[in-house]
Amino acid sequence: MAVKTDLERRIAEAHTTPIQKGELQPNCGVPLNLDWVEDVRVNTSAVERRAQSLVTRRTVKKEWQVAWLLRAITCMDLTTLSGDDSHQRVLRLCAKAKQPVQHSIMKQLGLDDFQLKVAAVCVYHSFVETAVRALEGSGVKVAAVSTGFPAGLSPLAERVGEIRRSVDAGAQEIDIVITRAHVFSGSWQALYDEVATFKEACGKAHMKAILGTGDLATLRNVARASMVAMMAGADFIKTSTGKETVNATLPVGLVMVRAIREYATRTGMIVGFKPAGGIRTAKQSLDWLALIKDELGDRWLNANLFRFGASGMLADIERQLEYYATGRYSADYRHPIA
Amino acid sequence: MSKIAEKFASMEYGPALEDPKESLAWLDRHKRKFGHFINGGWQQPMQGEYFDTTDPASGDKLASVAQGGAADVDAAVKAARAAFPGWNSLTPHERARYLYALARQVQKHSRRLAVLETLDNGKPIRESRDIDIPLVARHFYHHAGWAQLLHQEFPGYAACGVVGQVIPWNFPLLMLAWKIAPALATGNTVVLKPAEFTPITALAFAEICQEIGLPKGVVNILTGDGRTGEALVKHPDVDKIAFTGSTEVGRAIRKATAQSHKKLSLELGGKSPFIIFDDADLDGAVEGLVDGIWFNQGQVCCAGSRLLMQESIAESLVTKIRARMETLRVGLPLDKAIDIGAIVAPVQLERIRKLVDQGVAEGATCSQPGAQLPVKGLYYPPTLLTNVHPSSTVAQEEIFGPVLAAMTFRTLREAVELANNTTYGLAASVWSENINVALHVASQIKAGVVWVNSTNLFDAACGFGGYRESGYGREGGREGLLEYLEPAWFKQAAALPKSSAPAASQVAEEDESVTSGPGIDRTVKLYIGGKQSRPDSGYSFPIHASDGTLLGEAPLGNRKDIRNAVEAARKAEGWAKATAHNRAQVLYYVGENLSQRADEISARLARVVGEKQAAREVAQSIERVFSYAAWADKFDGAVHNPPFRNVSIAMNEPVGAIGIASPPEVPLLGFLSLVLPAIAMGNTVVAIPSERYPLITSDLYQLFDTSDLPAGVVNIVTGRAAELTKVVAEHDDVDAIWSFTDEASAAQVKLLSIGNLKQVFTNEGRVIDWFNNNQAEGRWFLQHAVQVKNIWVPYGE
Repeated sequence: MAVKTDLERRIAEAHTTPIQKGELQPNCGVPLNLDWVEDVRVNTSAVERRAQSLVTRRTVKKEWQVAWLLRAITCMDLTTLSGDDSHQRVLRLCAKAKQPVQHSIMKQLGLDDFQLKVAAVCVYHSFVETAVRALEGSGVKVAAVSTGFPAGLSPLAERVGEIRRSVDAGAQEIDIVITRAHVFSGSWQALYDEVATFKEACGKAHMKAILGTGDLATLRNVARASMVAMMAGADFIKTSTGKETVNATLPVGLVMVRAIREYATRTGMIVGFKPAGGIRTAKQSLDWLALIKDELGDRWLNANLFRFGASGMLADIERQLEYYATGRYSADYRHPIA
Repeated sequence: MSKIAEKFASMEYGPALEDPKESLAWLDRHKRKFGHFINGGWQQPMQGEYFDTTDPASGDKLASVAQGGAADVDAAVKAARAAFPGWNSLTPHERARYLYALARQVQKHSRRLAVLETLDNGKPIRESRDIDIPLVARHFYHHAGWAQLLHQEFPGYAACGVVGQVIPWNFPLLMLAWKIAPALATGNTVVLKPAEFTPITALAFAEICQEIGLPKGVVNILTGDGRTGEALVKHPDVDKIAFTGSTEVGRAIRKATAQSHKKLSLELGGKSPFIIFDDADLDGAVEGLVDGIWFNQGQVCCAGSRLLMQESIAESLVTKIRARMETLRVGLPLDKAIDIGAIVAPVQLERIRKLVDQGVAEGATCSQPGAQLPVKGLYYPPTLLTNVHPSSTVAQEEIFGPVLAAMTFRTLREAVELANNTTYGLAASVWSENINVALHVASQIKAGVVWVNSTNLFDAACGFGGYRESGYGREGGREGLLEYLEPAWFKQAAALPKSSAPAASQVAEEDESVTSGPGIDRTVKLYIGGKQSRPDSGYSFPIHASDGTLLGEAPLGNRKDIRNAVEAARKAEGWAKATAHNRAQVLYYVGENLSQRADEISARLARVVGEKQAAREVAQSIERVFSYAAWADKFDGAVHNPPFRNVSIAMNEPVGAIGIASPPEVPLLGFLSLVLPAIAMGNTVVAIPSERYPLITSDLYQLFDTSDLPAGVVNIVTGRAAELTKVVAEHDDVDAIWSFTDEASAAQVKLLSIGNLKQVFTNEGRVIDWFNNNQAEGRWFLQHAVQVKNIWVPYGE
């Protein structure tokens, strides 16, 4: 055998990351390390090529596809975030959250006892109490968008207060928005402090940090903002508010999950991911699940670590499930609306 | 638990098989038995011999195909020859319509072709469906365009005639397209032999030729093994051979065609470097490796098989690579969610195993993912070898499998040195987020294709082909078309009279007349490394005027002088980095000095070629110097237009050190007509003046010395031209050999060039009118003085 240098030995032994060993802890944040922000390298063309080929490299068929679509439903944050939201509208959404697919279809799929439900219902603060009451005992969580959603530009005290009020009202999850200007100006300390403050205000509630990736303009900005948000203690990082012109795209998702992987490798701490906005079809949900499976691993393929921020996607999945159950292509009106 | 609930719990991918029913039905329609496609129809092999082609994933027989014999080859060549005049005299637009129809028909039957390709070759259906077949269609579309524009874009050029093409098994239909599309677009007719492992899609393509009504005999497809290929290569009525395959076979083809006038292009093996700098997007680079070495089971001539990692990131990079290898899915090629399919044949699988074993025996650490391989079929897992060194077998030899050999480097300079530390030069991939680093490295790598922050990107608009022993000629783009064209005048040029070469020189000491005659007071020496030097042999030989009087003595150079001259030429490679403007200035200065000495040079030359020719030669030489001074900064490359967001730069780079044997009939003008284009493009030269009048050397070196030509750029060795040319042609550190003496020399240099597969450029023993600018100067010479490097630079923020 040839003599090995120290570097060669390290290379030979460089097998296992905390991710592979499965030794990951919930994220409690770390002090801001600017080197990790500076180290970020993202080649846009390379990211786009990977995102493009990923969806052609992976597909699931037949009962595997059904299983994956059901998994997608269990990872959904069923969302309504419109100016015309009302209590009745939210109640309707909650009803759908508890029973996302008709019994008859579940029965045809041989899943009578499956107890399918979405992960959470995501609403404005005003409807938190309504949703909490409606979902009591169902296991479906209530998430509130917060901190001056979607722009995130109201005074800091207001934003922090908003989190506290939602948590007090019973929200188990808080979707905060970052100040995008901090990213443009490279004010990483300011961004870190902001997210850390929100995290503290969340208390036991799970915090998802919305980066507003459509606003951030570059994938490198997305990666840097992801890294800072995780260091500041975010439980989840989330792409978008759904209100930007461009929302969750696969290249953006790829950059964020790679940041999550990098953070886990460096800290041994685990952060979840939520793409939101623009995900409308069953096919898209499968693409995202494949992305998570291949880039992060099976461990992330559940509602604890992965969520879809979507409203329209469910209807398409229902149609696909019915098609599988009956062998006939389905129609929208055959499924109860959310 | 129901089946669905189980799958919900496991979240496995599950099978996703492409249904091969339609494609198998196509095979059945042909009764799973194929003859040759000759003259527009199916013909049984004359010897009646067939062999089986199988699916490497299952071992099942797909069909039996004809084993081509010499008689089949002859029939196919005859059909192609008969079809040539008709096809070649179609208008460009008419040929364009046929190529367009081929593209359309390939698209219409794209899935059939993809499935057949996967069945026959073992590559994942994703690749044949998304990469191979779309590129095939793209190649025909693109070349339909070239067919249309042929006369406008290549005036003065003519088709070679009948082209023999031999292609490999790794991209069966794509390689067919790379060969047939440019050949047809330029008006040639074709006899193509697919690889014996993978003949099916070529036969499917034959049917497509029938379907679109391609005139009979324009495309002929012969199946068979190496013997069929050999018969095709050696067939006397073939005008050009285009080959893609191993360097070993490439050498044999060069040798087999040496005695002929067949034009030759070779696309051979590689051991391409994949260089990752510490400022690269490492995750992106790891995906690059997936597309590089784990594409097509690593059975790719330009696969990034030598990973060069900057030391500071080596450890984290290897961690990432190992993690990524775990998520690569190896399995049934027809499964749509498979990354790595089956190895094409048992012999290849055995070779991969053997080389990996050898690597481990030599000290490499081998890592492979934990997942089990399918029990049945020919599979090899993605493999990373670390603790590999440049001297390791696995770092030197082309493995042609999914095996990556990783090494580290410290500095950019070392990265380039390691990258170029190979006899190959096909491709390279450079990863850095710093465009200065990436382009600096790209410019220094000896390879025909360099991908910046990307890998294995191909397109019909971009030339592909190698440096060094990866072959010569390009496929794709404008540069690729030239491989199927020749200057029309050259095709028709008359053969040189057989005895045009002067009698072999005799050593001076044996010649009694050596001291007689007045005015012999010039001591002519060799010119090596900018110095006038005596020949190693210590001999001189007499040079006589046309009337027999002694003109003087020339030094009798030998192999050691050639060796020294080549060393000097290598050392002078800085000339390539001189700006083109600077080279032009030096050439203009040569012209200035030649003009000043015109009378004396002319007077001396007159005693050999007569006053009239001497005056013409000198005058024309001055003009030619000006021409190449002008060309020096104007023979531009191109920016191609592939369908990606990127800049693809086709750069003309000098070939390197070129050996040049000058024509005897015009001692001064002939010498300069060859040396000038070479040095104008930045090459260095070892020149052998004609034996007829080597005394010209003293005029030449005085000219060069006074014109600021850097030492070693031009080296001149006089002596027995045939012997000296032989030494240069065999020298492994010479990149090209140009012989313009006679037919015997042309054949000799082709034969002797195989050691390092140096590029060969000869007069094919034909007459060139050196006084005619349309023949003796310009693009034809410049094209041989450069090799095209395509640098792909994707961009985007």
